[in-house]
Amino acid sequence: MNHQHDPALVRGMTQPRTRREALRIAGFSAAGLAMAACGVQGQKKEPPKTDAVQDFWAKQTKHGKVVFANWPEYMPENQAPLKQFQKETGISYQYKEVIQENAEFFGKADPVLRAGQSLGYDIVVMTNGIQLQHMIELGYCVPLDHAKLPNFAANAGAAYKNRSYDPGNTYTMPYASGVTGIAINTKYVKDKITSVQALFDPKYKGRVGMMADSQEIANFGMFALGITPEKSTEADWKKAGEKLKAQRDADIVRKYYDQSYIDAVSKGDVWLSMAWSGDVFQRQLAGEPVDFVVPAEGGTIWTDNMLIPKGAANPLDALMLMDFLYKPVVAAELDEFIQYITPVPAAREILRTKAAKATGEGKESLEQMVNSPLMFPSEADYAKLHSYVKLTTAQEQVFNSIFQSITQA
Amino acid sequence: MKRLTPYLLALPSWMWLAIFLVVPMAAMASVSLQTGNAIDGFAMTFSVSNYTDALSRYSTQLVRSLIYGGAATLAMLAIGYPVAYFIAFKAGSRKSMYLFLLLLPFFVSFVLRTISWGFLLADDGILFGTLKGWGLLPAGFHVLATGFAVIAGLTYNWLPFMILPIYVALERVDPRVVEAAQDLYASRIATFRRVVLPLSLPGVFAGVLMTFVPATADPVNAQVLGGTSNTMIGNIIQTTYLTNLQYPTASALSFTLMAVLLVGIFIYARALGTENVLEAAAR
Repeated sequence: MNHQHDPALVRGMTQPRTRREALRIAGFSAAGLAMAACGVQGQKKEPPKTDAVQDFWAKQTKHGKVVFANWPEYMPENQAPLKQFQKETGISYQYKEVIQENAEFFGKADPVLRAGQSLGYDIVVMTNGIQLQHMIELGYCVPLDHAKLPNFAANAGAAYKNRSYDPGNTYTMPYASGVTGIAINTKYVKDKITSVQALFDPKYKGRVGMMADSQEIANFGMFALGITPEKSTEADWKKAGEKLKAQRDADIVRKYYDQSYIDAVSKGDVWLSMAWSGDVFQRQLAGEPVDFVVPAEGGTIWTDNMLIPKGAANPLDALMLMDFLYKPVVAAELDEFIQYITPVPAAREILRTKAAKATGEGKESLEQMVNSPLMFPSEADYAKLHSYVKLTTAQEQVFNSIFQSITQA
Repeated sequence: MKRLTPYLLALPSWMWLAIFLVVPMAAMASVSLQTGNAIDGFAMTFSVSNYTDALSRYSTQLVRSLIYGGAATLAMLAIGYPVAYFIAFKAGSRKSMYLFLLLLPFFVSFVLRTISWGFLLADDGILFGTLKGWGLLPAGFHVLATGFAVIAGLTYNWLPFMILPIYVALERVDPRVVEAAQDLYASRIATFRRVVLPLSLPGVFAGVLMTFVPATADPVNAQVLGGTSNTMIGNIIQTTYLTNLQYPTASALSFTLMAVLLVGIFIYARALGTENVLEAAAR
């Protein structure tokens, strides 16, 4: 989940439109017509039957290719882990940085998958939250065959093997986790920031960035009021909404950002902003005057998950790649670049060994990573971190309207 | 058969209209009257309340969009007319070069150009950072995250669409007409006001249509250059469609926007006297 727009945006805009995309657009219009005729069919699915899952996977064969759709800056530039995968398995890959936002991605994928067509991707990465929940509920994810996931079974951290949003990893495997906290531009902010209240401090009037995403901003409103998001109720959301509205009405907030917040912080347009941990680390390593803190009241932990979308052309190859990323060496290499929390705890030892052998600047940054509570949180750190509240479809509409009336006034 | 021929000849355009206008519109109209949610499905309930709800919830953003779109259109007219006039009458042999320069920004994507403005106008960026360094601006001064930035962005992005039609209209003004006016002792101002301006009105009409509609509906400038209270109706429609998956509300909003724009254009056309304008354009 990285959020700098430039590279992928440029790519997205310069890539020629392919025939597949033309077909996809045709799919959109077909879906539109279907909608018009008789309303849209609900597609809520029951959990898959074990036999059916086994039958599905028994029929799959290796095709020698896989298409991986991911977020920008979520893979080393040289794509070394993927190249290694190709070398070891003979499966060629296409890596596409096409996912910029969960809501937008789901909004675009939904009509295609609803029409029973393929997205053209074998693996997609989505954050736990409303849209991933929809993907699962609507039966858009292929259930995974855990018999084919030896590395995952051996190396995934206990916490990542049983996530509340996907018990037993029926459909998803974590790619990386991260923390939503506060980014600080240290050139302008000299105080030591420890509390979420800093985001509500009139001292920083017009210099505070908040996130436009309803789930993200809701959590911070609730932290400020001492509410635990996972246990929150409609009354709590309203209170949080009022708190955030007061913050907006006092002109403390400059803007409700998407991923562009990180540019705004590093340029100095905002001095304090809600932020994702890995973004800030990458900027720090680039020498920019930014710092990251998890507020004392709590931060949000989220997990980006790999899943195989329904209709994927090469599910077995996809499953092999997903499992391959759980080899500790591969996970370590990946995490050294993306600097979020890896679901493979053994990666830490590998980075530590590497740090011991390295020299100079490389050693320093590796040591910094190994000891960072935001890449390898301790139990105590995890205790401070909260997830999003789980919403039913009816609640979702109430929730969205409370927080969008603030972010989109 | 002979009597049917004209209709058959017109068939391709009717087909075009049916496929690309009538069918999608009918689809959207139908969706705008349904109720439900994306998980359980939507069903046709002829629910007119989609419109009233959407309108009462988002009237602020709708009105704001019309104001921003209108302000940007006026700004474009104020900048665009002199530019078109200059290119048409004063540019001489450099005409095609100026036209090329006008279109040059289109070689870069619209969103990227808008984001670039974000960098240029950053609080401590190239421009304002320098001015603040010289003490010419107070430290808290900023343009980004204001309504002004959004209107300026809209103006910048659609300016060529205002200039080009006006240029085409001015280009077609017969120089002999201007000479005749001068022969009849019209002052330069009177020549412009009573001869050139009326002849260029079809261009102005087309330019305003081509800019006011997209500028009012645009979501990008508000998102990239705006602040906490500059959300436009385009942003709302986008969020309603893609994030909230409330297709009926989004369709109702789209229709409302379209209706409001159509009414606006109709009034404008009447005020400017479409018949004269279209007659002139058809010449």
